[in-house]
Amino acid sequence: MEAVLFFLAAIGALGGAVGVVAMRNPFYGVLALIVHLFSLAVLFLLLTSAFVAAAQVVVYAGAVMVLYVFVVAYVGGTESAWEPIPGQRFLAPLLGIALFVELSIAVLASSLLALGTHGPDVNPGFGDPAAIGRLLLERFLIPFEASSILLLLAAVGAVVLAGRLGTGGVSKGTVRGSSEHSSEAPAERSEDPLTVPSHAGGGTA
Amino acid sequence: MNIEWYIVLSSLLFAVGAMGILIRRSPVVILLCLELMLNAGNLALVAFSRMVGNQQGQIFAIVVMVVAACEVVVGLGLIVAIFRRKLPLDVDSLRELRG
Repeated sequence: MEAVLFFLAAIGALGGAVGVVAMRNPFYGVLALIVHLFSLAVLFLLLTSAFVAAAQVVVYAGAVMVLYVFVVAYVGGTESAWEPIPGQRFLAPLLGIALFVELSIAVLASSLLALGTHGPDVNPGFGDPAAIGRLLLERFLIPFEASSILLLLAAVGAVVLAGRLGTGGVSKGTVRGSSEHSSEAPAERSEDPLTVPSHAGGGTA
Repeated sequence: MNIEWYIVLSSLLFAVGAMGILIRRSPVVILLCLELMLNAGNLALVAFSRMVGNQQGQIFAIVVMVVAACEVVVGLGLIVAIFRRKLPLDVDSLRELRG
């Protein structure tokens, strides 16, 4: 039963990952990533870590993916044509396979004898919210607070990043018009001629 | 299931994510592939935590989740800023820092 569940979840996780890489439309990529995250939550449950699985579903598949869906819907499916640097399409999977082989050799040739076991028998409270919460608020209080400060900094940084151009303007025309009067207009003007030839050069190189 | 199955699956997912970062050119998809790699690391952390029989690896996985959320927030803010300046959403065209 456990093996069946493991292989089902592993196929889901792997299929989701391959879907993220292979889908042309970023929206479908986000949906594939949601499948991947749910499968990973099942794997976490199989590893008797209930709280991490719940956090995975609530935080990742819930909140973070909603953010992704909003941004992809705002930016649109503007995936450029499948035209990488010559040879990139064949070199990249080669490098990926090499990385996998290297990691597998490193793991399987390690002297960790416990890798071939289920792990020790644990009491029923292993990894449940009570145990994790006690550990998080007693022994790992400083990492907990540090991560909360990191979250605050990220929120402030995102507001600064995304809100710089939009000084009250909603539509793109007003944003464009207001930015011409601001101090950033020369930088924007000088960028446009730069990016277009470099894009053409990237296509030929 | 033995722990090594989980570890091998995690390294496979990590390799798929790295391959995606190397292949794709849209910044949104590159962020998605970064998520794949972070989640592969999370799976390895939780599997090793089960192997040792110690819950500290799960704490580490939760902190990794927090860091991933921060990375998503900043990265998506960057993408929105790039989009609003009408620059092309293509990592091969955004080469201003590279000279």
